[in-house]
Amino acid sequence: MDEQSLFLRVAEQDREIVPFFVNGRPATALSGDTVLTALLTHDHEVRLSEILEQPRAGFCLMGACQDCWIWTEDGKRVRACSTMIEPDMRLRTRSPFNGARPE
Amino acid sequence: MSSSRVVIIGAGPAGTRAAETLVAAGLKPVVVDEAPRSGGQIYRRQPPGFGRSLKKLYGFEAGKAARLHDAFDRLQDKVDYRPGTMVWGTEGHNLHLADRDGRQDVIGFDALILATGAVDRIVPFEGWTMPGVYTLGGAQIALKYQACLIGRNVALVGSGPLLYLVAYQYRRAGGNLAGIFDTTPLSRELAGLPRMAANPANTAKGLYYFAWLAAHGVPMLHDVSPLRAEGEGRVARLVLRDRAGRERTFACDAIATGYHVQSETQLADLLGCDFAFDARAGQWLPRQDEMGRSSVDGVYLAGDGASVRGADTAEATGALAALACLQDQGMPFDAAVRNQALQAMRRGSAFAAALRDAFPFPEHLYENIADTTLLCRCEEVSVGTFRATLRDKGAGEVNRAKAFCRVGMGRCQGRMCGASAARIAAQTLGVELAAVGRLRGQAPVKPLPTALQTEAGE
Ligand SMILES: Cc1cc2nc3c(=O)[nH]c(=O)nc-3n(C[C@H](O)[C@H](O)[C@H](O)COP(=O)(O)OP(=O)(O)OC[C@H]3O[C@@H](n4cnc5c(N)ncnc54)[C@H](O)[C@@H]3O)c2cc1C
Ligand code: FES
Repeated sequence: MDEQSLFLRVAEQDREIVPFFVNGRPATALSGDTVLTALLTHDHEVRLSEILEQPRAGFCLMGACQDCWIWTEDGKRVRACSTMIEPDMRLRTRSPFNGARPE
Repeated sequence: MSSSRVVIIGAGPAGTRAAETLVAAGLKPVVVDEAPRSGGQIYRRQPPGFGRSLKKLYGFEAGKAARLHDAFDRLQDKVDYRPGTMVWGTEGHNLHLADRDGRQDVIGFDALILATGAVDRIVPFEGWTMPGVYTLGGAQIALKYQACLIGRNVALVGSGPLLYLVAYQYRRAGGNLAGIFDTTPLSRELAGLPRMAANPANTAKGLYYFAWLAAHGVPMLHDVSPLRAEGEGRVARLVLRDRAGRERTFACDAIATGYHVQSETQLADLLGCDFAFDARAGQWLPRQDEMGRSSVDGVYLAGDGASVRGADTAEATGALAALACLQDQGMPFDAAVRNQALQAMRRGSAFAAALRDAFPFPEHLYENIADTTLLCRCEEVSVGTFRATLRDKGAGEVNRAKAFCRVGMGRCQGRMCGASAARIAAQTLGVELAAVGRLRGQAPVKPLPTALQTEAGE
């Protein structure tokens, strides 16, 4: 788990390792992680807000606030807190459409 | 009329007991729930492959969790269960469904039981959209559902029973707590104790968490006002005003915040149910009779989505709504079962009322929220812009204000800002809370992946 991660795992750590990609870089999660958990055990943000372009990292974790929608490389939208990580998922934390910022 | 189709939305405590009651009467209801497994919020199940015991997950509530999960699992082939499926809209007696991949379906109903539960109620403070700030419920889900803490040194700020429960669960899981910062004066909580005797077991649990946390040296302050979260791109400090009026700063890398929970009522709104302002809950709620009948024929309300009264009462009101549905369809039902559930519902309602009074919603915090604070995290509208809209554009109620400045128009449909928008509107306009109205629900009640696709492609 990276120093800069927001989330800290405290149990259930002997689950199967799931490889995935975030912004083209390889990373690993554990089977049963949500996409949000997979991202936040490495980093401390999952997207930029649409207008002020400020970092966000979800808020409610229960599908209510809608502040964790990210992208897959093929342009699909996923709500990170309520989508399970899958092997070789290719995720983007920045819009592949407009407002894309250099990574 | 045993061929009529009954649909239940929600498979938490309320939805589970409603389904069980209908199955016992020989019906085969459809049960739709957005979550991948039954259980609802409090008894949410961890994903397959996790191994923690029920005791570890649910603490004192382990027995109840096991009974509720078993009850649902026993219904397996007796209900038409649609997990991972959201109801996003309604049209007459039809419901619009979407699964995770955006696949759509429409199903009709003769009777509908809404058991949609609740979400955290939030009061914004400067920096509340920063990475590291989560709802109390979210902090709990991170632990229960993902075996993670939201940070290494967590500050908890807010009011209500969840504040101490989540603190206790985090500390028990080995987490460091920067402190528990309660906006309620301690005297107010203590004054509420005698009335909470309506449910001695729950009151004892609350006192136990409190005493345990104190004994473990967790810093606790009462009567505080959160001022701001500070940090560079993520939370590093929480600044608050203590009861003596001093500004105090606490280092932390995450903040969990919330003020009790509020009912999820959007679907009742779409279905045309009459609403009334509930002063104690501080929220507009669909009108209902004691059995959970709404103002619309064939639409019933149960659980925290009808009125927040906790998990035990949700089980009782789930059964009651199902019994009302049977009664209205002219089917036989056991009056003794109904009377028992009615009694449980009344006891639970009394306890919930006492809890609300002991942990009141901190209306006073709104007077001091700075204009620069974001009110709507979806549309990124500040408190100042909202206040100015009310003052300068003659918006006399929240839907007008929404049309002018987009507060409550975003993806969350006001779930996170609606309660605050109403209070700020009432204060700015100098009128009663009930007079500023409520944000109206709109389909889809939550965004569909496909709709977002179009939005982004434009
Ligand atoms: C985050 C959170 C944590 C909580 N933790 C505790 C706790 O630890 N202890 C405690 O005593 N109380 C807790 N509460 C209060 C507790 O949730 C309730 O008292 C209890 O769960 C209410 O049961 P219910 O059946 O009414 O609703 P819930 O248990 O909330 O179940 C509602 C179900 O409806 C589903 N649903 C909602 N809308 C839709 C839709 N449009 N389409 C499809 N499905 C939908 C949801 O997925 C959910 O599974 C918590 C509340 C929240 C919000
Ligand atoms: S974190 Fe709120 S919807 Fe995902």
